[in-house]
Amino acid sequence: MLGITDPWIITAYVLCILSALACIVYGLMNWNKGVGDETS
Amino acid sequence: MLGSIIAFLVYLFIVTYLGYLGFKHTKNASDYLVGGRQIHPLIMALSYGATFISTSAIVGFGGAAGTLGMGLLWLTFLNIFVGIFIAFVIFGKRTRKMGHNLDAHTFPELLGNRFQSKFIQGFAGIIIFLFMPIYAAAVLKGGTDFIQSHFGITYEISLLFFAAVVALYVWMGGIKGVMYTDAFQGIIMFAAMVFLLIFTYNKLGGVVSAHEQLGALYQNADVQPQIEKMVKGGFRGWTNMPAWGTPIWWSLVTTIVMGVGIGVLAQPQLVVRFMTVKSNRELNRAVLSGGIFIIMMTGVAFIVGALSNVSFFSESGKIAIAAAGGNDKIIPVFIKTFVPGWFGIIFFLALIAAAMSTLSSQFHAMGTAIGRDFYQKSLQKKGNTILITRMSMLLAIILSVVLAFLANKLDASMQIIATGTALFFGLCAAAFLPAYLSALYVRNISTKAIIAGMIAGFSVGIFCIFFVHEKEAASLQLCNLLFDKTSIVKDTALAKLALVDPIIFSFPASVLTTIIGYFVWKNKLSEEHIKHCFGGI
Repeated sequence: MLGITDPWIITAYVLCILSALACIVYGLMNWNKGVGDETS
Repeated sequence: MLGSIIAFLVYLFIVTYLGYLGFKHTKNASDYLVGGRQIHPLIMALSYGATFISTSAIVGFGGAAGTLGMGLLWLTFLNIFVGIFIAFVIFGKRTRKMGHNLDAHTFPELLGNRFQSKFIQGFAGIIIFLFMPIYAAAVLKGGTDFIQSHFGITYEISLLFFAAVVALYVWMGGIKGVMYTDAFQGIIMFAAMVFLLIFTYNKLGGVVSAHEQLGALYQNADVQPQIEKMVKGGFRGWTNMPAWGTPIWWSLVTTIVMGVGIGVLAQPQLVVRFMTVKSNRELNRAVLSGGIFIIMMTGVAFIVGALSNVSFFSESGKIAIAAAGGNDKIIPVFIKTFVPGWFGIIFFLALIAAAMSTLSSQFHAMGTAIGRDFYQKSLQKKGNTILITRMSMLLAIILSVVLAFLANKLDASMQIIATGTALFFGLCAAAFLPAYLSALYVRNISTKAIIAGMIAGFSVGIFCIFFVHEKEAASLQLCNLLFDKTSIVKDTALAKLALVDPIIFSFPASVLTTIIGYFVWKNKLSEEHIKHCFGGI
């Protein structure tokens, strides 16, 4: 896959992309949440 | 050369202007230390990312990927999952609220106020002041190596020039100025790395072709003699993990991946950023930009570092570390040799930005560690916070420059920058992480348990650095002086332990001591204080 044969490296490559996607999804899903606790 | 100087002057002008804007809005100690707790989420996310990622990550760890291969992508995964997701969601939200409840302005102050202990605040401040210069020296060396390669001047002159620019910049504003300029610097870094990734894959014929060429390099008859020593150490090619349990495997997994991957959670200069925003919404939004930023920084640096072997070999018949003349020179020489001249200028600015954004926060953290946490709070001395912090910063800068000067005397084949960074991150994980997690999540833990855990983690870490882990112990020479060998476990049945990073012993020691302390000592903090700490959480 992707020209790499070692499953450990493929796993790391895929996990990097998945974790970045998880950050994007989390950010979008909670975009307007957490407003009620300002330290104004 | 002229292009670089003009671009650098324009960059300095923008940075100075943004620093001045921050300086103008800094009216009191709260502004100076936590930006008045009103920083914009995008500014905060870019600032966190630019502080997290430095020349250490790009030059030092990128160079390590050039030597050890794509196994470093495990560190990128931890950088994103632990350094962004866990850090913001599990730690960030409670840190922000508790920091505000306790009126904490620094990481040691958060721990000290939570456990009502001047010792904890002073001890944490001392650790930061004494050991963060090692990390700062690693970042300085990363920038200096690049300036040396880019302008063709000596290491010493490059270091002095670079240190002078950083010192001037840090002197100007508090965290507000730092965070405005960080955001600008983060944008430069992001743009440069996007181009570098596209350029490198394109140059080597696409993603699959590039990886296949790198994989085939290991089998090349001309490469075999160059990597003979590494193969004996467990190296199996740049697209493979090293063989399990070999010296290179231990170095990659325990020092580079785990040391930095876990240690990021207890970095004082990053924790303080959670206290600069006004609500959890800012932290939620920062997770999105933080995740994208980190994958484009470390992911690209590690992939390009590994792939540089293909370019170096086709150009000179040598692998990257041999062609560049040392682990930490791989990325600077790759940029100078293979990318277009105009991009060399952009990348030069990106690296200066990466170093400046991290160094300014390190010096800010070191200055407040001594000025506020140790001198004012722990010793109960009175004085002007900003002035004392600035004098402490100056001392920290001098200490870091001396260490960066000495680092250049070490063996160039070592991963000097990566090792120095991992050493500090590992020490922070051992000394602070169990205490930090307990502060946020364990209501009735006693102050004694926290102190015992911090001392145990720190002591075991220091002992391993000086006497067990050969990579550091051999350079520090104390073990050799006392026992006439580079590690006390050398030539014994436990010789394998000399390969294992201190974090593998010190972090569990700290966790275990804290847990035992939790059951042994009764919590003496008042219920009212605990309620105050956890108010709104």
